[in-house]
Amino acid sequence: MGKVFKNAADATFDIQNNMTLILGGFGLCGLPENCIAELVKKGVTGLTCISNNAGVDDFGLGLLLKNHQIKKMIASYVGENAEFERQLLNGELEVELIPQGTLAERCRASAAGIPAFFTPAGYGTEVAEGKEVRAFDGKMYIMERRFYADFSIIKAWKGDTNGNLIYRATTRNFNLPMAGAGKITIAEVEELVPAGELDPDQIHTPGIFIKRIFQGATYEKRIEKVTARER
Amino acid sequence: MLDKNGIARRIAKELQDGYYVNLGIGIPTLVANFVPEGMNVTFQSENGMLGMGSFPFSGEEDADVINAGKQTVTMLPGGVYFDSATSFAMIRGEHVDLTVLGAMEVSETGDIANWKIPGKMVKGMGGAMDLVASAKNIIVAMQHVNKAGESKLLPKCTLPLTGIGCVKKIITELAFLEVTPNGFKLIERAPGVSVEQIQQATLGKLIIEGDIPEMAI
Repeated sequence: MGKVFKNAADATFDIQNNMTLILGGFGLCGLPENCIAELVKKGVTGLTCISNNAGVDDFGLGLLLKNHQIKKMIASYVGENAEFERQLLNGELEVELIPQGTLAERCRASAAGIPAFFTPAGYGTEVAEGKEVRAFDGKMYIMERRFYADFSIIKAWKGDTNGNLIYRATTRNFNLPMAGAGKITIAEVEELVPAGELDPDQIHTPGIFIKRIFQGATYEKRIEKVTARER
Repeated sequence: MLDKNGIARRIAKELQDGYYVNLGIGIPTLVANFVPEGMNVTFQSENGMLGMGSFPFSGEEDADVINAGKQTVTMLPGGVYFDSATSFAMIRGEHVDLTVLGAMEVSETGDIANWKIPGKMVKGMGGAMDLVASAKNIIVAMQHVNKAGESKLLPKCTLPLTGIGCVKKIITELAFLEVTPNGFKLIERAPGVSVEQIQQATLGKLIIEGDIPEMAI
């Protein structure tokens, strides 16, 4: 069966209510925009979303939040989304906040078949509550587990029909460690080329981790905070 | 008393040639503006950059090139992009020489709280817990007292912790202090600030030995 899908609707056809999704991007940078827009359109609800951030009020995962499609959010930083904070403080949303490096490593571990690992991040804080604590070489660590997710949804710059991916600049962020972290990984790309066109030495994510790939219809690539200087 | 740039300027004096440095959001970001002439310092942004440069020229912003504060930035020649797992391997693996970050509270034993005010504000810890758990050298840049006028240098933190026993140095608008096994040791006074002013603004144990010099910045 080929990996190439027509569009976001085609690639996400079997995403259903109450599923667990891992979604790439850092802030609004490197977001799988087309898939998120499609999930909003499909209206699937009860989702558990694992992503570094929760978008802003009117873009990224913020769109799903506003529609109350997300039941639980696992993230490291949600400060940019006022609606998120409101839903959380009102008890409308389940939230698990975890250290950013722990989030990245839990994704990597999920893709790599590693069930658990030890990290010093969060030792002595409420993040460590209920977790196994162990000393190695005189330093304290807590045990963190991999994720079990139905889908990983990521975004790359270029991809080929074999699912090989190249990211651009800081969009690599969580997209790379999330490749292969869910049972099925969907990659949306700005440009899809025939297999053989990408230099094998320059590929960041080997296609074996990618089950579905499609070229996104459009990319708004919204900038969260435009900062510039004058010449 | 120091303004925000003054705090950043004093922190910049702690930089050393060849350092890899991670700067947090807020005052710490300003440190990049005061790297001493001729010194080679590489800035790491935990979303995936080593060799982060200044903001782009107006009109040249690139949505794909942002820093950890989600601001548009530029990459310097010789820089490199990487993914988040690799980024935190650099951090957790103690390859970053210096971390500068803000705080809501610091305790006299070096505990830090900067990510949550229960019932009021929940933004998340981002990369702060990974950074403070692993960095060899952590400097906190913050105001000495909060908006209500209460000391942020405490015997014990009252807010949820970000990390324990990790802060090494603190630079505020009033003073430069080191965290020692016996408490906050006053090293320097900010220009025009008296030892008494610092004592009044510090609730945790403050160690004052001999004459405390005024900062040269």
